[in-house]
Amino acid sequence: MTNQAAPHLLAVEDLAVEFDTPQGPQRAVRGVSFEVGECETLAIVGESGSGKSVTAQTVMGLIPLRARVAGGRVVLEGRDVVGLSDREWRKLRGERIAMIFQDPLSALNPSLTVGYQIAEMFRRHRGMGRKDARRRAAELMDQVGIPDAARRLDDHPHRFSGGMRQRVMIAMALALDPLLLIADEPTTALDVTVQAQILRLLRERQRTDRLGMILISHDLGVVARAADRVAVMYAGRIVETGTVAEVYERPAHPYTLGLMRAVPTSRDGGAPLEAIEGQPPSLTDPPTGCSFHPRCPFARDVCRESDPEPRVLGPRRASACHFTEEVIANARER
Amino acid sequence: MPASAEPLLELTDLVTGYRLRSGIGRRGGEVRAVAGVSLTVRAGETVGLVGESGCGKSTIARTIVGLVRPSSGTVRFEGRDLAALSGKEMRRLRQEIQLVFQDPYASLNPRMTVAALIKEAWRIHPGLVPRERWDDEVRALLDRVGLRPEHAGRYPHQFSGGQRQRISIARALAVRPRLIVCDEAVSALDVSVRAQILNLLQDLQRDLGVAYLFISHDLGVVRHLCDQVAVMYLGKIVEIGSKESVYRDPSHPYTQALLSAAPSLDDWRGGERGEIVLTGDVPSPLDPPSGCRFRTRCWRAQERCRDEEPALVDRDTGHPVACHFPEPIPTAAGTGRLVKE
Repeated sequence: MTNQAAPHLLAVEDLAVEFDTPQGPQRAVRGVSFEVGECETLAIVGESGSGKSVTAQTVMGLIPLRARVAGGRVVLEGRDVVGLSDREWRKLRGERIAMIFQDPLSALNPSLTVGYQIAEMFRRHRGMGRKDARRRAAELMDQVGIPDAARRLDDHPHRFSGGMRQRVMIAMALALDPLLLIADEPTTALDVTVQAQILRLLRERQRTDRLGMILISHDLGVVARAADRVAVMYAGRIVETGTVAEVYERPAHPYTLGLMRAVPTSRDGGAPLEAIEGQPPSLTDPPTGCSFHPRCPFARDVCRESDPEPRVLGPRRASACHFTEEVIANARER
Repeated sequence: MPASAEPLLELTDLVTGYRLRSGIGRRGGEVRAVAGVSLTVRAGETVGLVGESGCGKSTIARTIVGLVRPSSGTVRFEGRDLAALSGKEMRRLRQEIQLVFQDPYASLNPRMTVAALIKEAWRIHPGLVPRERWDDEVRALLDRVGLRPEHAGRYPHQFSGGQRQRISIARALAVRPRLIVCDEAVSALDVSVRAQILNLLQDLQRDLGVAYLFISHDLGVVRHLCDQVAVMYLGKIVEIGSKESVYRDPSHPYTQALLSAAPSLDDWRGGERGEIVLTGDVPSPLDPPSGCRFRTRCWRAQERCRDEEPALVDRDTGHPVACHFPEPIPTAAGTGRLVKE
């Protein structure tokens, strides 16, 4: 951690999460550390099974079934929140830390009106009366860009389009002025033009509310557009961190480099992509040494034997690769 | 990619609707998911069909392979009208056009081994491969799509998403089609695996000359793979042309908005500049707007757009555009990134 005057909103230190499976423990998150500051968006990017969503859920105190925190700390405003009781968590969630998901329908109660569900936040947490809470709900819906908010209060979730539902979710998440918002694939289920609307809304709200944000995404383009810093996850570990500019311009880990080259761009002219060979590893039986080595074009004997520690390349910039310098040189050639 | 001039697939004024049942507070009627689409795919080329959910692109795929009947208009394959074919001819045609779906979990029978899944195609289309050659042919196909011979005896659940999509492609190839309709075929795959499948599709086209109708919401993938691009909105094609022309001079406001909204790796350099963010959602196809269907979300819309539907014709734009007021927006030298709003 750096010695900055303002402490981080959130610091995750050496977090490990394991699932119990019939095949033995599955190490979904293995020693993950990162920080998020006020008014800053950290993107955690990775493919399916990389551990990015489990990390987010753990930070939120929503540890998945059959999973347990096997080590590390989650420090929110200076206080370790791992192992808090449900009661303590209920006080934190919404008030300090809030979350939005890919699928708002599963997070909204289908049998209650949207207005009731938002107003409920104010009634329960702020002790507002029915009328005031309803008025606040309408204001909030208006602020997140739901047209004709006052009338739509009485509609049920299924009456809203996907994009509007995500706006309702954002309204609920922001209702109690949290400090930290976790957005888990918030636009993955949306069409491109609606995705652009939601990303813009999140950005605006972040600036006005000085929110810290963790954006979980598999989409490198969305991350480039929406985040300040990025942490790339592979097989339960963060393999590279840095500002978006640093990581995108000069990837320092072979996996990041591979991801960047696997995305079609306007410059490739339809030439074959440099795909990353093979498949992501099994978490129950991960490869020895560096988990990326079976797919890595830079791999040598040492990579099979020892798992590389993160190499610090600058302030809040690191790469967990034995041959980081070589990767950077290779990235620069292009 | 060299494409011959011979049209393989020709859609003319295709209209495909779904019947609605009447119910409480609802009148019966028809949703015209595809509302008059003309499109040509030539042998050996790739045509991209881009649009957002509900634009009708998947309905086109279903119509082409005969899963739904068109309400009007024609689908011709190798010059023959599908509606006029006998049952036997239709079966033969089903062999020439194959469909690959987004979700290989749903389209592969979980109780059949990979070998059985592939051989099933030869049972349905007898005479294609003699039975004594089946095992050899299965091995050759698996090799062709990047799977190993020992995979033949395994079941779909034993594979990852990317490998399952390879199986779907192997099964499509088994009957030696001339056209493969890919309906969001790479959309569910992780980036690293998606690149493998895109490369595989390109290799197969180069080696076997198969044509693709590639249906996708992803403009980056379409640019990478396709020779021709058609952009759909609410059941109609709004802009169509060669990839170079459409991505260099996007002229329909909807195409411009799509390009602007599509996130790219370069967005950290300041993607917000020149960003067009459309307001609102796509209207219901049950009750499409009069005139131009895009006008309710269009920043250039005028009275004429409400009264008169724009035809899809070349308006000094280099390729056909269905807009009364097409206005090219310059893009940064061939990158498809808009440089001004």
